[in-house]
Amino acid sequence: MEKSLKKYFPVFTVPTLLAFLLAFIIPFFMGLWLSLCKFNTVTNAKFTGFSNFIKVFKDAGFRTSFLFTLKFAIVAVITINVFAFLLSLLLTRKLKGTNIFRTIFFMPNLIGGIVLGYIWNLIINGILMHWEVTMTYDPKYGFWGLIVLMNWQMIGYMMIVYVAGIQNLPTDVMEAAKIDGANKIQTLFRVTIPLMMPQFTICLFLTISNSFKLFDQNLALTAGDPSRKTEMLALNIYNTYYGTIGYEGVGQAKAVIFFILVAVVAITQLAATRQKEVES
Amino acid sequence: MAKTKTIDDYNEKGKIDATFFLLLVLAILFLVPVFMVLLNSFKGTVYVSTEPFKFLTSTNFVKLKNYAVGLQRTGFLKAFGYSLFITLASVGVIIVFTSMTAWMITRLKNKLTNAIYFMFAFSMLVPFQMVMFTMSFMANRLHLDNPVGIVLIYLGFGAGQCIFMFCGFIKSIPAEIEEAAMIDGCNPIQIFFSVVMPILKPTVITVSILQTMWIWNDYLLPTLVIGSNYRTIPIAIQYLRGGYGSIDWGAMMAMLVLAILPIIIFYLCCQKYIIDGVVAGAVKG
Repeated sequence: MEKSLKKYFPVFTVPTLLAFLLAFIIPFFMGLWLSLCKFNTVTNAKFTGFSNFIKVFKDAGFRTSFLFTLKFAIVAVITINVFAFLLSLLLTRKLKGTNIFRTIFFMPNLIGGIVLGYIWNLIINGILMHWEVTMTYDPKYGFWGLIVLMNWQMIGYMMIVYVAGIQNLPTDVMEAAKIDGANKIQTLFRVTIPLMMPQFTICLFLTISNSFKLFDQNLALTAGDPSRKTEMLALNIYNTYYGTIGYEGVGQAKAVIFFILVAVVAITQLAATRQKEVES
Repeated sequence: MAKTKTIDDYNEKGKIDATFFLLLVLAILFLVPVFMVLLNSFKGTVYVSTEPFKFLTSTNFVKLKNYAVGLQRTGFLKAFGYSLFITLASVGVIIVFTSMTAWMITRLKNKLTNAIYFMFAFSMLVPFQMVMFTMSFMANRLHLDNPVGIVLIYLGFGAGQCIFMFCGFIKSIPAEIEEAAMIDGCNPIQIFFSVVMPILKPTVITVSILQTMWIWNDYLLPTLVIGSNYRTIPIAIQYLRGGYGSIDWGAMMAMLVLAILPIIIFYLCCQKYIIDGVVAGAVKG
């Protein structure tokens, strides 16, 4: 079998590998190289060492974006997962209409970020009208606006992952807990939650990486206003690149830092929660 | 036979009623935003900003004017066509080629295929911003900056996750059937399409749904690669923002309705596949 597979190896892999090379591998290494260069287009790049990175660390706007993103990620990850988990507990109580509820709660997840941003733009500005301000009056409105938007979008998704987890809990363990006289709260914290660590691993991973990489929603909801105070990292990088002439290299250096940050956070979180996973 | 109800049963029933009521309220809250957009899409532009929460009245009702203005300004119908073409073509191409690659690198184990797998898995960690500039430069240089060329870009950028998911599934299916087919004189292409592909069907559905959701809603990649000449739906919506603060909110609402409508229809038609697919995707990804 191996010999014949080898003969057909190119037929099976060349199209994907070629596209992967052009759309990812080459751009990735070119990006790494360009973060060390000054350039307007790729063709006139001049090597300048780490000067782009030094500029990034001196950039107060980047620091603001970083802190805004971090704060956003922490609040969003906690709220989304808490609400989604509570909702999944409600939806697994075998009552009528569960399927319809599940359908409704999941629906926003299918709507794209740009559309979501404008939907909430309408609603939040409509509510703030009572105080005669708009969302871009104060960064805190944009912050909480983004939190509400992300909750609306992601609760349904995380909820169905948790529901699947609850439905797959081993019945013998749950019954043993009951016989041993554990009350509902004890069962929840000592049995259900530890057994659902795989689901928490996944949901935390998805919410953390989505929060850090958020772009479309940010652009459509506040576009960073007022005065770039609600600009998250991805949007800050985009604006540095395409909004500031002569800062392309700095933008690329920010992108490299962003990549390292996202990768480190993702790997650390996966390692940390995987460790807590238990066998029933 | 009638069972006598105890106090516990009544308590339990009360709890269930309370839960149901709570869920009902939450469900309505979840639907309000979409309803608001629909309602406002029939209001005059001024009224969308001044009285978004009011119902339609004879003064603010403008019939289908917003839809007419929006369609004309954004070229929405064209955008719909581009979105549809790009999504269907990309997902089709991605499914066929990444599953073939995944099968090959799983069944043929050597240093090269291990390295290839590692590169694909690694690409999942890289955010789009890292390659956005250089990727659009490449696309432009290679004349891939059109609705057909972008399919190749999506194949390359989407390959990581798809290969990862396909490999995970292929590892769990025994190779004996394939070996038997080989002895019967089939070549690897025949084996793949007539033996492996049918087994892969559940994963194909999962991957298709995840990729469809991503590509249909994707904004930044098509903006950078083809955005100046071909607008997909998200680009058309963002285009309405125009210059500084001059959004035509009436037209915006109408276009949001048109953007959401196909998604909801698609969702209601294959809801079960979508929800199962997303759960499976989350668990494997």
